[in-house]
Amino acid sequence: MSTASTRSPAPVKRSFTAEASEYLNDRTGLAVAIKGLGRKAFPDHWSFLLGEVALFSFVVILVSGTFLTFFFQASMAEVHYDGSYVPLKGVEMSVAMASTLDISFDIRGGLFVRQMHHWAALLFIAAIGLHMLRVFFTGAFRKPREINWVFGFTLFVLALAEGFTGYSLPDDLLSGNGLRIIDGLVKGIPLIGTWTSFLLFGGEFPGNVIVGRLYTLHILLLPALLVLLIAIHVGYVFIHKHTQFAGPGREPTNSVGPPILPIYAAKAGGFMFIIWGVISLIAALFTINPIWNYGPYDPSPVSAGTQPDWYIGFADGALRLIPPGWEFVWLDRTWSFNILVPLVVIGIFLLLVVAYPFIEAWIKGDTREHHIADRPRNAATRTAIGAAGVTFYAGLWAAASSDILATHFSLTMEGVIHALQAATVLGPFIAYFITKRVCIALQKKDREIVLHGYESGRIVKLPGGEFIEVHQPLDEYDRWRLVSHESYQPLMLRPNARGKITVGQRVRASLSRWFFEDRIAPVTRGELEASHTSHH
Amino acid sequence: MTRTKRRTGRRHPLAAAALLALGLVFTGGAYAALSTGTAQAEVDPNSQQTIEQGKKLFQANCATCHGLDAQGTNIGPTLIGVGAASVDFQVGTGRMPMQMQGPQAQQKPVQFTDDQVKQLAYFIASLGPGPEIPDDHLASGGGDAANGAELFRINCAMCHNVAGAGGALTEGKFAPSLANTSGVHIYEAMVTGPQNMPVFNDLNISPEDKRDVITYLKYVQDNRSPGGFELGSLGPVAEGLFIWIFGLGAIVAITVWITAKSN
Repeated sequence: MSTASTRSPAPVKRSFTAEASEYLNDRTGLAVAIKGLGRKAFPDHWSFLLGEVALFSFVVILVSGTFLTFFFQASMAEVHYDGSYVPLKGVEMSVAMASTLDISFDIRGGLFVRQMHHWAALLFIAAIGLHMLRVFFTGAFRKPREINWVFGFTLFVLALAEGFTGYSLPDDLLSGNGLRIIDGLVKGIPLIGTWTSFLLFGGEFPGNVIVGRLYTLHILLLPALLVLLIAIHVGYVFIHKHTQFAGPGREPTNSVGPPILPIYAAKAGGFMFIIWGVISLIAALFTINPIWNYGPYDPSPVSAGTQPDWYIGFADGALRLIPPGWEFVWLDRTWSFNILVPLVVIGIFLLLVVAYPFIEAWIKGDTREHHIADRPRNAATRTAIGAAGVTFYAGLWAAASSDILATHFSLTMEGVIHALQAATVLGPFIAYFITKRVCIALQKKDREIVLHGYESGRIVKLPGGEFIEVHQPLDEYDRWRLVSHESYQPLMLRPNARGKITVGQRVRASLSRWFFEDRIAPVTRGELEASHTSHH
Repeated sequence: MTRTKRRTGRRHPLAAAALLALGLVFTGGAYAALSTGTAQAEVDPNSQQTIEQGKKLFQANCATCHGLDAQGTNIGPTLIGVGAASVDFQVGTGRMPMQMQGPQAQQKPVQFTDDQVKQLAYFIASLGPGPEIPDDHLASGGGDAANGAELFRINCAMCHNVAGAGGALTEGKFAPSLANTSGVHIYEAMVTGPQNMPVFNDLNISPEDKRDVITYLKYVQDNRSPGGFELGSLGPVAEGLFIWIFGLGAIVAITVWITAKSN
């Protein structure tokens, strides 16, 4: 700008944008950041946007939640409701419940924002779930992304905690029933259970402090952790680059897609508004958590059809699936295995989910980095394990709505429960077996297509009288997609440096055999050439 | 211009249909007005004729299971002393005559006219004293909805759900939805305890409290949810199903659309 005074006036007719960006850049050094980030490419695939769905619904939750904090009062002091909802007029309830009713009926736009907040929360966790499934089934958790999988899993658990604390805040009948189950779960833990429950609720359930405590967690601690972990999680996506599916020109060392600026940012920005729009539309049209129906919490009544929000359903279902009689008195103490078994089973399940990347890496003995996403069929055993996990979760999840299933399909409750018990225990094995076979069959099909092309349906008679069907060969782009995946072989048992075969190695070898014994090797160049010469 | 051209003196092609519809509305409306007007006054609870009519209906439609003198058989209970309220509920809601044996009597289209239901009810009432069909001032609401809502949550919601959407019981039995149940039938159900429902007698819940419960249920029936479509008032299961199928479904469709452009 020192030269500005010496310029001739005619050619320096600079646009406002240019002036403004230069002004900004001189003071913030923005250009360096934009050059660095803006040129980063982001691979394009619909499933890569699921994490963004979660992120954007979290933004909706933050904004709508801030609005709600202006009016919600987290107090369990008793008041007589005096708002405009007639069937609760004069009823004794906590300030928390009364202020939630005021938000719903007496504050302009309050009900809409409340419904937006709740619907967005349901969508947030659903999107996280789908995003996790995508990452799992494409193997996007492999090195170097294992730690980011752990961060993502932690985000999932935090989101569950956010959801549950939020569900408990209005102090209506439904939320109180939910807290009662948590109270029961805590009290079911041997030795420390009762003490922990009293610590949590500040005395005997329900006490008069729990809403205030949950509120602090819900709006302060958990959101702070969520924002921090989201920053780390997304930061690592930038550092590691996004994974991409195999394709011509796509190498482990590059990332093919539109650059963040301007194309991708514009798309993502627009996408955020679409998510806002979808949530707003749902919130405007569909009731969620009508606390005015449930009324204030009172420990005696429980409504038929009382369930947690969907994301806690699997835990509720686990409790419902336990057969009767698993609670007994021993050593003068009550042992509630009807509660302990589901707790332990769910604990193990979640532990397996978070540890899976490390387990798979150990079994493979693979220390290389992986930036090309697997097609699920090409990792048959992993996909089958995933299907088994999904089936197990689905069994627990469905059990949480056993009563609704019974009434709406004219079944007996006992029949539903027994069927779901069987589905939850046996279903994963069946799902594993079927999925693995389907994956291998699909690999076989891919191999066939690469070697012989598509069947064109055109029959040609050769001069010698022979009939052949003309196979249409693949173009190179499609072929690359089908042949570029890696193929693992079972690890060989080998003695270590001291000439010993350890137990760990034996376990690893047998797990490796389980993973890779049944496999279809991708077509090699030699096979491809051989097939071409043999046919024509 | 075009308007003047159309004036050809011919009737509009839809005139005949409109006339026909008008005629049907008038005759139908007049019939409905007359028939409801006459139904009200006709059945006299104490007249011998009513009871005779009721007896005939009973012997033709109910005696197979309940016995010729309503004394009960091994496939149907005695009806002596169940009262007019019980008959009015069971027959008036279409549960009796029973469609088939099962965990509980299913509702089906009502088989008798209002008059016939009343005749049956008074015939049974004549066999022994029992709960009576409630007065209009108790069964048509007009009480304290807040008190009724509280009573409903404490006494009824564990089976019928807080919004009266119904719920599951053991072994295929269920508490039905109350979304379309009339005040008289709700009252009769409370005093007679049909199917698996317990009896809420007048010492348990006073007639005025019963009126308040009905007032609340009428409020729920008459007022749509302020939040929009209720999704069956089934609670979090319906909400979860909705967000997964329609919410996330719509969004996944959008993600596919967004990324499809580049391929």
